[in-house]
Order: sequence, then structure tokens, then C-alpha cells
Amino acid sequence: MKKLLASIVPAAMALVIGAGSAFAAGYPINKPREIDWSFAGPFGTFDKGQLQRGLKVYVEACSACHSMNLVAFRTLEDLGYSEDQLKALAANYEVEDGPNGEGEMFTRTAVLSDHFPSPFPNQEAAAYANNGAAPPDFSLLAKARYVERGFPQFVFDIFTGYNESGPNYIYSLLTGYQEPPAGVEVPDGAHYNPYFIAGSALAMAQPIYDEQVAYDDGSPETVDQYAKDVSAFLMWAAEPHMEERKQTGFMVIIFLAIFASLLFLTKKSVFASKEH
Amino acid sequence: MSSDHSTYQPTSGFGKWIDSRLPLPRMVHDSFVSYPVPRNLNYAYTFGGILMVMLVVQLLTGIVLAMHYAADTAIAFQSVEKIMRDVNSGWLLRYMHANGASFFFVAVYIHIARGMYYGSYKAPREVLWILGVVILLLMMATAFMGYVLPWGQMSFWGATVITGFFTAFPGIGEPIQQLLLGGFAVDNPTLNRFFSLHYLLPFMITGVVILHVWALHVTGQTNPTGVEVKSKTDTVPFTPYATVKDALALSIFLLVFAYFIFFMPNFLGHADNYIPADPLKTPAHIVPEWYFLPFYAILRAITFDIGPIDSKLGGVLAMFGSIAVLFVLPWLDTSKVRSAVYRPWYKLFFWLFVANAIFLGWLGAKPAEGIYTPLAQISTLYYFAFFLVILPVLGLIETPKRLPNSITEAVLAKKAGNGGAAPAAASPETRG
Amino acid sequence: MTQSEGAGEPTRRDFLYIATGMAGVVGVGSFAWPFIDQMNPDASTLALASIEVNVEALEPGMSLTVKWRGKPVFIRNRTDEEVAEAQAVALDDLKDPIARNANVADGSAATDIDRSAGEGKENWIVMIGSCTHLGCVPLGQAGDFGGWFCPCHGSHYDTAGRIRKGPAPTNLPVPPFAFVSDSVIKIG
Repeated sequence: MKKLLASIVPAAMALVIGAGSAFAAGYPINKPREIDWSFAGPFGTFDKGQLQRGLKVYVEACSACHSMNLVAFRTLEDLGYSEDQLKALAANYEVEDGPNGEGEMFTRTAVLSDHFPSPFPNQEAAAYANNGAAPPDFSLLAKARYVERGFPQFVFDIFTGYNESGPNYIYSLLTGYQEPPAGVEVPDGAHYNPYFIAGSALAMAQPIYDEQVAYDDGSPETVDQYAKDVSAFLMWAAEPHMEERKQTGFMVIIFLAIFASLLFLTKKSVFASKEH
Repeated sequence: MSSDHSTYQPTSGFGKWIDSRLPLPRMVHDSFVSYPVPRNLNYAYTFGGILMVMLVVQLLTGIVLAMHYAADTAIAFQSVEKIMRDVNSGWLLRYMHANGASFFFVAVYIHIARGMYYGSYKAPREVLWILGVVILLLMMATAFMGYVLPWGQMSFWGATVITGFFTAFPGIGEPIQQLLLGGFAVDNPTLNRFFSLHYLLPFMITGVVILHVWALHVTGQTNPTGVEVKSKTDTVPFTPYATVKDALALSIFLLVFAYFIFFMPNFLGHADNYIPADPLKTPAHIVPEWYFLPFYAILRAITFDIGPIDSKLGGVLAMFGSIAVLFVLPWLDTSKVRSAVYRPWYKLFFWLFVANAIFLGWLGAKPAEGIYTPLAQISTLYYFAFFLVILPVLGLIETPKRLPNSITEAVLAKKAGNGGAAPAAASPETRG
Repeated sequence: MTQSEGAGEPTRRDFLYIATGMAGVVGVGSFAWPFIDQMNPDASTLALASIEVNVEALEPGMSLTVKWRGKPVFIRNRTDEEVAEAQAVALDDLKDPIARNANVADGSAATDIDRSAGEGKENWIVMIGSCTHLGCVPLGQAGDFGGWFCPCHGSHYDTAGRIRKGPAPTNLPVPPFAFVSDSVIKIG
């Protein structure tokens, strides 16, 4: 039995090691680039200036195609806006309401309790206007994209508290458009991007260019900066209670650590007179 | 429960009055205060208590989440996001519930492994063990249906794949699947019934847990030596000894649980479930939650026909069989010795089994192609061989180590060993 | 636990047990709060939009009922007689002498002017149409005082929505509202 075992174990080990290289050819072609986000780590907080810039990028560059229908205007107060500023922002949008007294649906300007309206009336219209690929909703995008990290990295991620796969991915995708390398066929209407999660090319063309969105706080108006800002904004949109969560978590961990220490002493004291 | 030797003495007038009418305080006292437990229980034995707490946490968070959740395919996804964004502390309650399921399984797998290591399933505890396996099955059903409720992509496709298992059975398969789904595909009727059952099953789990604890209190705990309690010196009263030890272990467990809730809340979930369900588009890699991965790997390992059984049915049977084999475990193990501490060969195979189960879990997350398929087949083979070949044979050929005469003797020997006074007598095994 | 029963004075051990017990109680207490708090109105409910109502078509003597925050709101363009009738009531005759109007100072007297839309708009009255007894919807232009009458338990309100007879304790409350133009009322 021992002999059998001795032959199986190394064989299995060899197979596992071999397996690592056999599956390198998945998507994305390139791993997402890792950015040093202000909201990473147990004490991370959002940079409000960055979120405001990210919102501006979303509004001016993305919202023509991408909806964000779970985010209400009122919640943008988290970004440091006043109520009046938000009312003015909401007033730029028209939402459908009704029926009125005559049973007709009508449109009105949006108010704080409204959500960002979709640029298309429905999924089918969105797909039809975009060569068959409906642009994904942005509300949860930063939590809905995860690029496999592989073993053992995903174990280390537990200890480093790595939750930034989504924003890293979005950033990398936005900055990753490039000419396809020689020999790579890109189908018509698709655009090569080695960071795309589900293939070598995607239906969306590069959506943003340098100096497309004007910043009023002096931040560089580059694709790189736009991509960072909008990724951070999307992280907020996906997890608006993140700061509260981390702060609460810190208190809970401290409390549990103290409680566990007290219990440890109590347990020692209880068992002091008893061999076990 | 064991009222014939109860030590409960009501002191107040009211205590006496209630004791002669509904002796609930007596039952609590006999079960959780004066109840004797072996004095040498280690921290592996604290997971029963931890599981009780996790069950209560899941029930409480689940009941309050149900106050906000809407089981309708049109709004289920939004209602969950409303919990996350608008409901007071909603994000906390949902993350507790979602990660709570994972930690429930962490605790239950450790609890099961402990039972296997110390031979807790052996006579006279077969019924106790079988009730535990029933709880595991109910937990799996509950967890599966709970994962469908947020109505994300993984919810939808997980439900599609798992109910698809039943189509493997020739003839009756498809009618059964349609019965489960209430239609030809996963849709609104499916979501509604899964919500109803997801709410019901935890109460059935609670019922079986009561039977499980009852059976435990009839036979008493096992302990790391596997030697039955023989005298009063072998035991300590549940309170304060077991209570404080369970509480300490629980607080450490909750510390890890809290770390995940607050700092890694989505690590154990799947990103695709933040995309609303789309019946027209399957995600690139569909994998179940981590706690089902070993079984998923077994399902996919059967890629060949076995006589009249085609590979699809074979996979489903192997997967169900991997749980079903646990029911007969008490009769597969032929060894007279309970604890792995005194069974050197069993100990080796046990740890190999644990490593193999984790390896199966890793394989379950990998695509079912290339090298992963033969690896999963080897692992599956070991999984079943452990129960069906190794355990029956090992009991007959293995020479166990000398057992201590009593728990007290083992404890004192360990004490002496730790003190360095009797190095020769103290086997390192007894350190537990 | 068998600690210092004979010792008489508290020991380090007692302190430890008490501290641990207290920490446990605090822990369970703070754990319980989110479970209770989740039942409070959520952020989207609290932020529910104010509504705007066009009352252009409402001639004197006509009423409109709209839904605001899940409850009916009565908007009535009162006739001159109804206004005169309400103004003639002495405060002493009122069961509830307080205006219950979110648009005037707290505790203002329930004069007709402070129940109505105010100076120049005395004919308009806007009230939450939910009986202050147990929440039924009163019927309009009914009851002993020509105002509203609640059929559930027989509360009579006058033409200014003040409780005059029956079990209801207070006047029908006036929600926050304002005329944004001559013909549009914004409630909330």
C-alpha cells in the first residue's frame, strides 16, 4: 500500500505542475494592471475629488450608451455635492412618469429621488443601436468583473484584503486599446484589447480620448486619468456603503479581539484547577 | 432528557411551581449546565456549538432580509440591490447572510472531519451521525436555493444546471425536472418556490438539529482518546468548562467571519452574480459556490459510460453517491478503535482524504478539460476508495496503538509528558 | 462558578468574569440593533419625491384626492360659505385647538386662516385624508358640520378639517405644501 502511494503522489504532483502551463491561454490575454487605489485596504476611503471627476467622465463620455439605473441622484451626496448642486444635475435629465389624470404617461425633469435614466428605452433598443451588443449597466460593474487570480494568489488576497479586481479591470480595459499584434484577426466591428475578459476584441471602440472631458481641478486630462477616475467612481456606484462598512468592521474587529482576550483569560482561570 | 439522574434543585417558589408543570429550566440545566462532558475535549469539539450559533445567525438575518426581498423575476435583483443601498444596515445584513452561508459550511466541514478523525460515527452513535448527514443534505439544499434568490447570472445558471441533474435519469428525468421548475426552464415559478423552500428548510434543519442534540445527549460526547467515559473523574460539568471553551472558540471564529463580512465581503461569492439573470446568455465559466466544488468535480469526473449507465447519469449518481456513502460510514469502518490518534494508518489515510477533498474543490473550480479531467478521476477514485475499500480493509489489518484505560489516565499521562517527567510513557499522539 | 464564596471581597477572578459577561452583553446588544433598525423606513422611502398637483380645473366646491407618501391628501377649493362657516367657529368650541399645520409655527391656534393655504388663498385647504382616530379615510362634505365624516367610528370634521365630534383626538393634519404657481400645488 505504501509503495502504491509512493508512486501515485509524485505522479499526481507532476500532473498538477504541468497543469499550470497547459492553461495559460485563457482570457484576458493580459492580467489587469494594478493601481494603488485610495479605497483599497481596511482603512481605504474614497477620494471625493476623484469621484466627482469620475462622475463627470461618466456623464459626459459613458452615459450616452451605458445606463446606471440603480444609482439615485440623492446618493451622490456621498461625493460631496450639495443638495442644490444635485438638483441642478438631476434637472439635466428627463424621466418618464405617470400616468397623469388623463391616463397618459409623460416625461418630466428628474428630481433627487430619481435614478439615472437609461439612454435606451429597453435592452433590445440598446442592443440594436450597438451592433447587437447591449452596453452593460454601470451600477454594479466594478463588482461584476473579476479576473481570476489563480492559486496561490487568491489565497494571499485574503490576507492583503484585495477587493480591487473590478476597478483594476475597468481601468486596464479603458487604457488597453491598441493595434492588434501581427497575425491576430479582429472581426469587423470589433476592437482589439488584450485586457478584455471574454475574448481578444470587444464591440466597444475606445470610448475616451485625451482632453475629451474638461476638469476644473487641474487634474491631467488624459485617458489614463479619466480611466482611473471613472473606475473609482464605478467602485463607489457599486458599493456606496464601503467606507461605512470598513469603519464598522474596524470597530467590530476591535471589540471581538477584546472579547476573545477576556474569554481567553476566563477560560484559563476556569480550567486552572482542572487537568484536561 | 436525562431526568432520572437530574441534579437540578429549584430554589425559588416560582422555580418549584414551574418545575412541576413545565420543567424547562430543569431541561436547560441538565443539558447545558450540569451535563457531564469528557474533560479532554479539544477545540475541534467546539464546532457543534459554533454551528448552533451560525444557524441562529442565518435564521435571524434571513428573516429580516425576507422583509425586503421580493421573489419575482422582474424585481428580485433590484430588491436585493435596494437592500444593499437603501435599507438601514441592509448591506450588513445581506453580507452577513451571504458570508454566513460560507462560514456555516466551513464549520460543518470541520465538524464532519472531526467526527471522522475521532471515529464519532461508531456504535453507539450511528443515529447521531446519520442525523448529521441529513442536516448536511438539508443545508446543501437550502444553500443552493438561497443562491438562486438574488437572480443574478450565477443564480440562474446554477439553478439550470442543478435541476438539470434530474434529466440524467432516463424516462422520469424530464417530468421530474419540469415538476421542480414549474415550467420548461428556470423562471418565475421556480424562483417563487425556491424562496418558499429556502424559508422553510432552515426550520426543518432546526428540527433535525434538536434530534441530533438529543441523540448526542443519550450517548454522550466522544473524545480525542475514543475511550468511553468510565467514571466521574473523566468528566467535567458543561458549565463552566465547555461553555467558556465554546465561547472562546466562537469568538475567534466570529473574528474571522467578521473579517470577511467587512473587508472581503464578495471574495467567497462570484462576480457574475452581480449581473442580472439573462436566460439567453450563459457566463463563460459557471461554477457553484466553493462549498459544492468537490461534489461538482466528482460530477464532472465521470466522462465515460459504465455499462448501461451513460456518463451523464454516472456523474449524477457519483455525486449523489459521494454524500450517500456517508450514511453507511458507521458500517464501513471495521476497526474496533475509534480515534485516529491510536490508528497510525487510518490517520495517514484520513489526512490524505482531507487533502484530496480540498484538491477536488480546486479541480471543481477549473474547466473540465485537459489534464483536470484525469486528475478529477483519480481524486474521485480515492474519495470512494477511502470509504469502500480502505476503511473496511484497514480495520482488519491495522495494528492500533495501546489505548489508555481511561480518559483520566490519558490526561494525566499528557500532563506528565508536558512536564517532562515521564518522557518515555507519553506518546506524542496523546497531546491531541 | 465557584469563585470567592468564602472570601467576602471581590477578587481579580470576579472582575474578569464580570468584565467578560458585560462585554458579551454589549456585543449581543450592538448585534441586535441592525436587526431592529432595518425595519425603519429606508433611504428611498425617506427620499420619496414631493408631488406637484395641478388644481387649475378645481372650481369652488370641488375636491381632489391625491396620493402622497402612500396616504390620501384632500385638496379642496372651498366655497365662500364654507370658509365663512369655518371662520365663525370660536376656538373654545374646538376639541383640538391646535392648527396641526406643518406650514405654520408649531402650536399655532386652529384658526381657519392657519388651517387653510393662508392669506389670499383662504379658500384652499390641503389635508392628509386619514382620520386621526384609527386611519380610515373620511368622506367629504358629510357629517354634522358639513366638512368630513369618518364612517368607521363616527368622527365629524368641520369645513376646515377640525375635529368637532367623535372619537378622533386631533384635527386632520396639513402636510407641508406650497403654491409653486397659481394653479400648481407642490406637496412635500
